[in-house]
Amino acid sequence: MGKKTPLYECHLNANAKIVDFAGWDMPLHYGSQLQEHHHVRHDAGIFDVSHMTIIDGKGHDVAACLRRLVANNIDRLTPNKALYTCMLNEQGGVIDDLIIYKITDDFYRLVVNSATHDKDLAWIKKQSTGYDVTFKEQSDLAMVAIQGPHVRAMLFDLFDVHDAQAIADLKPFYAVNSPRLFVGRTGYTGEDGFEVILPADDAPSFWQKCLDLKIYPCGLGARDTLRLEAGLNLYGADMNESTTPLESNLAWTIAWQPQERDFIGRQALEKQLQSGVKQQLVGLVLEGQGVLRNHQKVMIEGKGEGEITSGSFSPTLNKGIALARVPANMGAQCTVEVRGKYVPAQVIKPPFVRQGKRAFEFNKMEQENNE
Amino acid sequence: MNNIPKTLKYSRTHEWVRQDDEILTVGITDHAQCMLGDLVYVELPEPESSIEMGQECGVVESVKAAADIYSPVSGEIIEINEALLDSPQLVNEDPYGKGWLFRLRPFENKVAGLLTADQYSKQIASEAH
Repeated sequence: MGKKTPLYECHLNANAKIVDFAGWDMPLHYGSQLQEHHHVRHDAGIFDVSHMTIIDGKGHDVAACLRRLVANNIDRLTPNKALYTCMLNEQGGVIDDLIIYKITDDFYRLVVNSATHDKDLAWIKKQSTGYDVTFKEQSDLAMVAIQGPHVRAMLFDLFDVHDAQAIADLKPFYAVNSPRLFVGRTGYTGEDGFEVILPADDAPSFWQKCLDLKIYPCGLGARDTLRLEAGLNLYGADMNESTTPLESNLAWTIAWQPQERDFIGRQALEKQLQSGVKQQLVGLVLEGQGVLRNHQKVMIEGKGEGEITSGSFSPTLNKGIALARVPANMGAQCTVEVRGKYVPAQVIKPPFVRQGKRAFEFNKMEQENNE
Repeated sequence: MNNIPKTLKYSRTHEWVRQDDEILTVGITDHAQCMLGDLVYVELPEPESSIEMGQECGVVESVKAAADIYSPVSGEIIEINEALLDSPQLVNEDPYGKGWLFRLRPFENKVAGLLTADQYSKQIASEAH
């Protein structure tokens, strides 16, 4: 028996297929993960993401501590703004990726992964020693993501008029913090939408309200294909403690300025930049039919080999797609070993899908095949 | 509970077999499609090829997993369900009907070694524990 979110009963009522995810009993799908995927791309879906860890950091030194703790710079934040960042070890490897919300100068909220819960809390505790700050897990909160192009039109049916207006006015990566409700215009699907944090006791009725508005319940299966199409990394698959952000298509999350900010892992990253980054994370699109899978071997003529870190099937493109770690400076073409066969794949820069449409150009050969 | 029609025979590897005169139709069971989830790709055997009982002769892939198809009997493939190449979800929607995989003519008249619905039902119950 795993841990259960405040919405577990709601999932059973919606006929969820429940699977273990990092010790949590979570919905994989509610019948068809493909339909759930399409609902989010074209309409609206809701995900229970209460298994994720919410940590509130409070104290005089919270900003100073976070400046050292993470690779992106929290000084970019104004109150109620969110930042995506990696938390690195001294070798520049990724301990976890997380979202940090600034609430006030002495209050920041962190949302980290559930699979890394224990080591994240231990690391944050260790690194915050000596600072005037306390980081406290908020286990009495629930979190849902409501995602899809039609979500914004439903805000006044979901929230009271005051909150709804504030949420409707949010720019991407900003949040509203009101009593018993915290809503960020963030997500993990590549669609517009919101992540809603609320007291565990309020979660089931909010969930039901969403379902009554025909927001479609979506499980972890659809969450994975949506994030992959959107080119968003999954911690533990696409990056881990032995890969750096530079090797994980996350260079944009490293704040090099100001130079004197000595975040953990900085020296290792600078060294890696000087000696040349030898690997990169790219997108692959299978040219023929089929599905790409994690750990399949990728071969690039004259450049060497790589490996798929997240392989799946794109319901939007109707093609096998993947993220793969490959040698730097490879070309636009490679071969993947799929079930004993060598099949051609196109190399792209993620994302695969943006706002419901293909976000890259097929290479010439493929274009001719498709015409 | 999964649907396990009494009129069909089953293999331990979750294929079903329907006999009509000397022709056998093969598919995967409701239990199998349910375990796999939405299918997105199906690979079927070559028409007119000969296959042995237990031989790998195709693949069904869902978003999450791939599963080999094993022929439940020895015989010659006489027809494949080409509709599945464009619409693999037919296997999910109608595993014993429109989602059939292939038809074959068995080498031997008597088809042996398959499970009854009751036996198959017991097998999947024991796999769940």
